Amino acid sequence: MTLDLLLTHYNYWVVIFLMMVGFYILISRGNLIKKIVGLNVFQTSVFMLYISLGKVTEGTPPILVDGYGDADVVYSNPLPHVLILTAIVVGIATTSVGLALAVRIKEAYGTLEEDEITGIEAGIEPAGEAAG
Amino acid sequence: MAEHYPALQVVVPLLAAPLCLFVRNGRAAWGLAVLASWSALGISLVLLSQVTSSGVISYALGGWAPPIGIEYRVDVVNAWVLVIVSTIGALVAPYALTSVEREIGARRIPLFYTAYLLCLSGLLGITITGDVFNVFVFLEISSLSAYALIALGQDRRALTSAFRYLVAGSVGATFIVIGIGLLYSMTGSLNMADLAQLLPGVWESRTVKVAYGFLAVGFCLKLALFPLHLWLPNAYTYAPSPVTAFMASTATKVAVYMLLRFFLTVFGAAFSFDVMALDRVLLPLALVAVVSMSLVAIFQVNVKRLLAYSSVAQIGYMILGLSFATVTGLTATLLHLFNHALMKGALFMAMGCVMYRIGSVHIDAMAGLGRRMPATMAAFVAGGLSLVGVPLTVGFVSKWYLILGALERGWWPVAVLVLLASLMALVYIWRVVEVAYFREFTGDERTREAPWTLLWPTWALVVLNLYFGIDAGRTAGIARQAAEVLMTGIGQ
Repeated sequence: MTLDLLLTHYNYWVVIFLMMVGFYILISRGNLIKKIVGLNVFQTSVFMLYISLGKVTEGTPPILVDGYGDADVVYSNPLPHVLILTAIVVGIATTSVGLALAVRIKEAYGTLEEDEITGIEAGIEPAGEAAG
Repeated sequence: MAEHYPALQVVVPLLAAPLCLFVRNGRAAWGLAVLASWSALGISLVLLSQVTSSGVISYALGGWAPPIGIEYRVDVVNAWVLVIVSTIGALVAPYALTSVEREIGARRIPLFYTAYLLCLSGLLGITITGDVFNVFVFLEISSLSAYALIALGQDRRALTSAFRYLVAGSVGATFIVIGIGLLYSMTGSLNMADLAQLLPGVWESRTVKVAYGFLAVGFCLKLALFPLHLWLPNAYTYAPSPVTAFMASTATKVAVYMLLRFFLTVFGAAFSFDVMALDRVLLPLALVAVVSMSLVAIFQVNVKRLLAYSSVAQIGYMILGLSFATVTGLTATLLHLFNHALMKGALFMAMGCVMYRIGSVHIDAMAGLGRRMPATMAAFVAGGLSLVGVPLTVGFVSKWYLILGALERGWWPVAVLVLLASLMALVYIWRVVEVAYFREFTGDERTREAPWTLLWPTWALVVLNLYFGIDAGRTAGIARQAAEVLMTGIGQ
C-alpha cells in the first residue's frame, strides 16, 4: 500500500474511521443518548461513502447550463446523492424514534444508564425469567 | 385496474395508514385497517394466481421503464411471501380490535392502527419490489413502525426492548445499505434483474465480496439468526399481543425472503454456494440455533418468551433448509416460512386471549386454564402440535421436506438433530399443556372463555394449520416451483 493510495482516497479513510468510531460508541457506551449519537455517526459515515461514490474525476456539478447541456460535459453522478437524501431522512426518523423512546425510558425508569436499567429489570423479574 | 395490482398491493395500506391518524376514532381506524388489510390479501391472492398461471409480472412504477425506473417484479417466490404476510395481516387486524382496547390506552388506538398499516405496507413493499434501494426504504418503514408498535406494550420493559431492537435493527439496515452502495459502485445499477446480469462480470472483485459480507450480517441481524437474535425475545415478550402475533409471523419471514432474494437471485446461487460458501457458514449457525434455542425455550416461565425463543429455533430450520443448497432444502425453507407463520400466529394469538382474560402469560398463572378457557387452550394445543411437527399439521410437512433434504445430501446427523429439536419442542409445549390441563384452577372464579372476536382469527389460523397439513400438495407445489426459480436465477 503506497502513500499515494492513502492520500488520493482520503475520503474513504475518513468513512472507515467514522464508521468504526460510531460503531464503537454504540457498543461500548451504556448511556442510551450516547448510543444514539454513536448510531448517528455510524450512519453519517455511510452518507459520506455514497457521496464519495458519486464523484467523477474532473466532473462538474450535474446541472444543465446553457452551452453545457448538449456538449460532452463530464458531470458527477447525481443518483447516489438522491439515494442518500432518502437515507438521511431515514436517519432522522430513526434518531427521533430513538430519542422519543429514551424520553419514555427516562420517565419509566428514572435513568438512561443501561446497567442501571438492567439492574431494575432484574429486580422486578422473578427468578428464572431473568435469563436472556 | 388489474394491471396496477402490484402498486396497489403497497399503496392501499400505505394510504390507509395516515387516514387512520386523521379519523381519531379507535373503531373507525380499526375499520380502515381491516378494509386495507383484507384488500391487500385479495390483491396478493390474485397476484399469486396470475403468477402461477402466466409467469412473471413486471410493473414499471410511474411508467419509468426498468432498469432506470423502479420496477415491481412479482414472481412465484415473492407472490408466495406476499400471500403469507397479507394473510397474517388480514387476520391480526380484526383480532386487534378487542385486544388493543384492553392493552393500549384509548388515545393511542388510532396511532396503533397507523403504525400497524405502515408496518404491513413496509413488509409488502420489501417483498414486491425489484429495486435494491427500494428494499432499504421499505425496510426502514416497516422497522420504524415496528419499534413504535413494540413500545406500546403495557410493561415498561417494552420500552427498553423496543430501544434495543431499534439499535440492532438500525445497525442491520445500515449494513444492508452499505452493501447496496458497494454493489452500485461496481455495477451502476439498482435493479435486481439488471444486477443479476451485471454481477457475474465482477465476481472476482473484492468490493463485491465485501458487499456480500455486509449484506449477510445485515440480513442475519434482521432475521434474528443465532447469535444475532438477542433483540428478539424481549421484543416479542413485552409487545402488545396482536403486535407479537403479527411480527413473529411476518417480520422475520420477510427478512429470510430478503436474504434468499439477494443471495440467490441477485448474486446467483452459483456465486453464493461455490464462491462465498454461504451454505457452509449458515449450516453450523442454523444447527446451533435449532438445538440451543429449543433448549433455552424449555426453561422459560413466561410463555410468550418461551414462544419467542422457539421462534429463533424455527428460524434456524428455515436457514438450515437454505444451507442444504438444494431445491428440496429450499422447498423446506419456503414451506416453513408459510407454515411457521400459521403456527406461531395461532400460538401468539392464543396467548393474547389468555392475556385478555387473566392479564398474565406466566406459566403458573395458567394453571387449570384448560377447563376455564377450553377453546383458547385447544387452539394452543393444536398450534403446539404443529410446532412439534405431528402428522396432519403443517409442521409435519416442513419437517418432512427438511429431513428429506438432509437425507438427500446424506447428512443423517442433521436429520437426527432436527428430530431431537422436535422432541425438545414437545417438551416445552407439554410444560404448558400440563399446567393448563392437569392442575387445579386457582385464579379468579369469574374467568371465562375469551370473546369470540379474539377466538375466530385464532381458530382461523388453527384451521389453516390443519387444512394445509392434510392437503399439503398445493403449498408444497408452489414452494417447489419457487425454490426452482431461486436456484436457477433470473440472470440467465
